[in-house]
Amino acid sequence: MPSSPPSGMSSRHSLSAQRRRAAMWFLAPMLIALFCVAAWPLLRTIYFSFTNTTLTSLYDGKWIGFDNYLSYRKLSSGRVIWRGTLADPAWWNAVWNTVRFSVVSVALETVLGLIVALVLHQNFKGHGWVRAAVLIPWAIPTIVSARMWGWMLNDQFGIINDILLNIGLIETKIAWTANIETAMLAVLAVDVWKTTPFMALLCLAGLQMIPKDIYEAAKVDGVHPIRVFFKVTLPLLRPALMVAVIFRMLDALRIFDLIYVLTPNSKATKTMSVIARENLIDFDKFAYGSAQSTLLFALIAIFVSAYIWLGKVDLSGEHSK
Amino acid sequence: MAEIELKNLRKSFGGLEVIKGVDLEVRKGEFMVFVGPSGCGKSTLLRLISGLEEISDGDLMFDGVRVNDTIPSKRGIAMVFQSYALYPHMNVMENMAFGLKLAGSTKEEREARVVDAAKMLQIDHLLERKPKELSGGQRQRVAIGRAIVRDPRVFLFDEPLSNLDAALRVQTRLEIAKLHHDMNDVTMIYVTHDQVEAMTLADRICVLRDGLVEQVGTPAELYDAPNSVFVAGFIGAPKMNFLTGEHAKPYDCATYGIRAEHIDICAQDEATWTGSVVHAENLGADHYLFVDIGVSEPLVVRQPGKQFTALGTEIGLKPQSEHAHRFDGADRAIRN
Amino acid sequence: MSKFLNATLFYALVFVIVGVSVFPFYYAVITSFKTGTALFEVDYFITKLDFSNYINVLSSPNFMRSVWNSVLIAASTVGFAMFLAVTASYALARVRFKGRGLLLICILAVSMFPQIAVLAGLFELIRALGIYNTPWAMILSYTIFTLPFTVWVLTTFMRDLPVEIEEAAIIDGATPWVIITQVFLPLMWPALVTTGLLAFIGAWNEFLFALTFTASESQRTVPVAIALLSGASEFEIPWGVLMAASVIVTVPLIALVLIFQRKIVAGLTAGGVKG
Repeated sequence: MPSSPPSGMSSRHSLSAQRRRAAMWFLAPMLIALFCVAAWPLLRTIYFSFTNTTLTSLYDGKWIGFDNYLSYRKLSSGRVIWRGTLADPAWWNAVWNTVRFSVVSVALETVLGLIVALVLHQNFKGHGWVRAAVLIPWAIPTIVSARMWGWMLNDQFGIINDILLNIGLIETKIAWTANIETAMLAVLAVDVWKTTPFMALLCLAGLQMIPKDIYEAAKVDGVHPIRVFFKVTLPLLRPALMVAVIFRMLDALRIFDLIYVLTPNSKATKTMSVIARENLIDFDKFAYGSAQSTLLFALIAIFVSAYIWLGKVDLSGEHSK
Repeated sequence: MAEIELKNLRKSFGGLEVIKGVDLEVRKGEFMVFVGPSGCGKSTLLRLISGLEEISDGDLMFDGVRVNDTIPSKRGIAMVFQSYALYPHMNVMENMAFGLKLAGSTKEEREARVVDAAKMLQIDHLLERKPKELSGGQRQRVAIGRAIVRDPRVFLFDEPLSNLDAALRVQTRLEIAKLHHDMNDVTMIYVTHDQVEAMTLADRICVLRDGLVEQVGTPAELYDAPNSVFVAGFIGAPKMNFLTGEHAKPYDCATYGIRAEHIDICAQDEATWTGSVVHAENLGADHYLFVDIGVSEPLVVRQPGKQFTALGTEIGLKPQSEHAHRFDGADRAIRN
Repeated sequence: MSKFLNATLFYALVFVIVGVSVFPFYYAVITSFKTGTALFEVDYFITKLDFSNYINVLSSPNFMRSVWNSVLIAASTVGFAMFLAVTASYALARVRFKGRGLLLICILAVSMFPQIAVLAGLFELIRALGIYNTPWAMILSYTIFTLPFTVWVLTTFMRDLPVEIEEAAIIDGATPWVIITQVFLPLMWPALVTTGLLAFIGAWNEFLFALTFTASESQRTVPVAIALLSGASEFEIPWGVLMAASVIVTVPLIALVLIFQRKIVAGLTAGGVKG
């Protein structure tokens, strides 16, 4: 009886070895591309955040440790002066704005998206047209919708003020985007308007995956529709909802364009992305902005890890097969 | 035509071993059928032979040459899949010629060979059609045609009839048998869970169970001399009657097996067993009586004609002892 | 009675949803037909068709240049991403190898990167390559979101293709490359069109990179051009022209989205909730 050689030695010519080799070559260009545009720039950003590099002399930066993040100096009088992003009230204001915006917008979008999805899930006349109409806000570029709403929210000639005055909800015209008190409201309104369709589509897809006979069984048993929604629909929708929420949350945490265009330079809406870019490019505090970018990245990374870990979300889809 | 030899073939997925050391010889020109319940490893074994799965251990020889590390297309095999697996975007001609095209043969040669095969399968009028314009039976023929065009040493069939309806299944079964004959007895390996398919098609049958060969033999051998309770119960319909415990004791065995056609009805005083008829099934040419003799399952008795004994009648039964099968405590056959 | 009430409430809800969705665009269209002092009167319907804003926009060389820049950049970056993604997604969807799940997670992670986090590093890279203020800067930087997205979506599509067709091709002697190009690609046209379209829209709409990596007006993309379109002062924003430009760049997108409605939903779900 000839004994077979160990399989490790023989696998060089086999089918799976051929396929693994091919896979390597297929993946290499993509991985190289991603390294160049994602990993390398990210590493450089982190590096810059520990230097005093400026926009005009990118290569003359010196290593200054954590000074961009936090440092202190003791004056001769004994007073301690804290410096760096982490001691910067403008930064903490941006953090607060970002978190506030993300939580409120995603919560509103989820609830409204679910309502829209439930409506679209019904069979009624003109169903296709309604779905088409709902998609329109999603199809409009963010910048364009920011400017459209900017015009509608215009204090003197905007239609929103006109409508609200006519139905008597307000007494005087409001400068929605310029007022400190209302700027965030304006941003939230536009973001919710623009992104609810996306949420609705994802929820709708989730709803359509729930088998119909479950509802029929509930109907036969005479369960109240509202009870069915909370006891059947919502739990079954949970996995789809969890993924949709995290995608939206990540988008919200890094928001830049809408705020930059709709409420330029408003302290009430400036988010982490906006303030970081301001420092990076406009104020020539390149390294300082890099530190803020790095902090935003770290915040998002921690958030995602916690979410996946706590929510047991299977993002790769590997286990569903 | 090829002789195939499996030597202590093993396959594991992760830590789970599904083929646990199979030794088997498939002779030149033989029609070999792998049969067994789902999960017995028959499809995996076929995929090891085809090269679609990597062999974990052991040797696979084609005509005396070890092919463990040869990629599928170089093994000289052709395979017919359960779902036909036709290329949806190619017409029948392109589907059948794809392998030849990849092998670099000329357009004329390809077309000549495809037309030959298509004529043989009577699908030559369908060559311009796409798979979605064909019926299930026609798709199956194209899949077989694609295999023929490759001019393989070995044909592999992976449950090719299970997607067809009952009538078409019988017809296609006949055609596969004819194909084997027409193709100068090329070696064929055929996987099925249906023992009728196995019995009607095979030169020899290999019964698999839990990743091991249970018995190899001609249909007649398996039917007449099963090695184990498992094979005895798996081959033949209706299922062989088994008696255990007190009822087996008189025959000096742990399990006593007797097929439905080997039980005679007799007068109650000559009877080995007596019992009442609880159910009857009429098959036209003959009929089955289900007789409750006080064991867990009723005995099935096959009788010619349609003349039923009324339900509830007490009858006597006697086995044809020369056709009985006796098995020991480990379910192995006891041979005299 | 309560049935009638329910139906009325339901249709009222539908009406509100449609109204809120469509109105801002409708209002932009109304505004785009107004000039001069007409702009400062609130109207709910089109009162007069005045195309002078559109003529103004379409005859502006800088704006047309921006449209061309956007088309060129979005098409190139998507083409490049698709080219790399098709083979990569085959490997990820169809070949068993160690670390595949981890790799998929990493790719997904890149698509979730806050773009600001790579801005400084990309700025340096683009300066070093000498492509600042050229379309190449955007083509390069947009790869960070188009590539992971296309890889991810195509991988989920590719996973769903029947295994037996691939195995039949293997037995016919097809190498992985042949399987991709001659068997899978012809089956994946709908998926490719959808993925490409979604990536295109993403690239077309991008703002942060385009704003940062361009300096001169002739190099701007459409979003930057529209964002920075302004009059002499804050109070002289040419709203009519702005809305005309907005309508011009939005109509093709809305048309595409409506035509490919079903496919887009499938693509978004593949990229989103397939879990």
